Amino acid sequence: MNPVLAPIETSEAVGSKAMPSGRVLRAYAVEAKYESLRMMRTPAFLAPFLALPAGLYLLFAVLLFGAEIAKDPKAGLFTFIGFSVFGVLGPGMFGFGVSIAMERETGLYTLKRALPMPPGASLIAKMLMSMLFVAAIMATMVAAAPLGHLRLGAVQLLSLSLVNIAGSLPFCALGFLVGSLASGKAAPAFVNLLYLPMIYLSGIFFPLPKSMHWFAAISPAYHLDQLAFASVGAANDGAAALHVLVLAGVTLACTMLALRRLARVG
Amino acid sequence: MNNHSLAELVSVTKRFGAIVALDQLDLDARPGELLAVLGPNGAGKTTAISLLLGLQQPDSGSARLFGGPPNLVEPRRQVGVMMQEAALAPELRVREQIDLAASYYPDPMTPDDALEITGTTALRKRPYAKLSAGQKRQVQFALAVVGRPRLLFLDEPTVGLDIQSREMVWATLRRLVADGCSIVLTTHYLEEAEALADRVAVLAKGRLIATGTVSEIRGLVVRKQITCRTTLSAEQVAAWPDVQTVTRDQHGLHITASNTENVVRRLLASDEDLHDLEVQRAGLAEAFTELTQEAK
Repeated sequence: MNPVLAPIETSEAVGSKAMPSGRVLRAYAVEAKYESLRMMRTPAFLAPFLALPAGLYLLFAVLLFGAEIAKDPKAGLFTFIGFSVFGVLGPGMFGFGVSIAMERETGLYTLKRALPMPPGASLIAKMLMSMLFVAAIMATMVAAAPLGHLRLGAVQLLSLSLVNIAGSLPFCALGFLVGSLASGKAAPAFVNLLYLPMIYLSGIFFPLPKSMHWFAAISPAYHLDQLAFASVGAANDGAAALHVLVLAGVTLACTMLALRRLARVG
Repeated sequence: MNNHSLAELVSVTKRFGAIVALDQLDLDARPGELLAVLGPNGAGKTTAISLLLGLQQPDSGSARLFGGPPNLVEPRRQVGVMMQEAALAPELRVREQIDLAASYYPDPMTPDDALEITGTTALRKRPYAKLSAGQKRQVQFALAVVGRPRLLFLDEPTVGLDIQSREMVWATLRRLVADGCSIVLTTHYLEEAEALADRVAVLAKGRLIATGTVSEIRGLVVRKQITCRTTLSAEQVAAWPDVQTVTRDQHGLHITASNTENVVRRLLASDEDLHDLEVQRAGLAEAFTELTQEAK
């Protein structure tokens, strides 16, 4: 007999096949490991999201308007925080959302549901990868900061980075919701429908006219932007608790809706 | 629940809009047997497997897997799956795919062992996206067996495989069954069911129209075929009792009959020069065609 095909144990009670907790935890770790490998093997996706925030920051805050920003520290901080928040949106919305939609379309998501993957392992792995990606983006922003005449200390930069890393969660959840609704081909277009207005109409790059304040109030990007200002001790609109509440609410609501949709439709 | 069933559907109905995919279907997988689920396209085979795996919920009736609801992770830890339409992560290499799937199971074989028994060791370092369609099916098969499952669901496992790879899959399935694994296999290759199945379930329009061993299913179709070279004309033979159809081609006269013994006696008596006489039972293919035609 082939030792690999050892006889299947049939004496145990039907339905009981205990998985030691160590192996369950290992399964989550292996899922995260391969999710990170998958991400690193898609440089065409990785590179633009990684390079754009710091690259655009250097273009605007150093090359184009460096002289003006050197005389106006508030404008320098506004630009730096704006581009760092811009960096947070992409990995969650596109990375998480489009990959879920693609996996649904190709059948990989269904196969993973059929396999005994521990609950949520794939989603948790994708979420961790998005947060890791944002951490890498923040590292590029921190490296670029001294060139933009910023006067932020190490603690402020660390605090801003941590807020932005945690702040990627609502955008993962938004991407998750789109990924649960749209096909793989349609998902990038639907994500853009949310992504582009959020970038340009949330006041993260330029102050909004009063007529657009209502949009900012419902945009997670605006609330993260305000939290980012608070994290470095700068003046911001509204209480930090309110911004946290809105971001947590968006995360929870989108995740619940997406999970409900996937449980019903797959 | 039937105590001997590892997985079962009891009086399950499943609709997709106006289409009734499964209609009061009863189906069970028993220990140590290979159950082949046959049926024309759209018969409900894949839907039945989806319900047994908890991927969809029945509109009425119940689905059980190892005695519990199939959508829980615990019963699925004893199950291996090869689905009809499932692409694996294109960015991962073959061995990495198997390693990831192995991590979901309590007591899996090593990824290298799974690759070896499925004949895919040579592919271990290849990116999955660069494999041929047949090679992808082989890797999906390795992924299905790596967890040393007690019950294996295979949805059209040999579609797109060359003859050598198909033989490898068949040999592995026989060894798995011999070692106590139970298998539910859907296929539209009737020779696959004929070669492997302990029991066959024939589905049509979401209903179970026949179940039994291959020979029992063949036995449901009483007609047999006689082939011979004879000087008798087709018209003469067609007029005899028990004869259903008669055709002639370059191989001789082909007669289908409900009582072959009587027809053969009369053939031999009527033509002393008769030669190349063959009598064949209806194969599974003929039985399948007849049964599913009747269900229309």
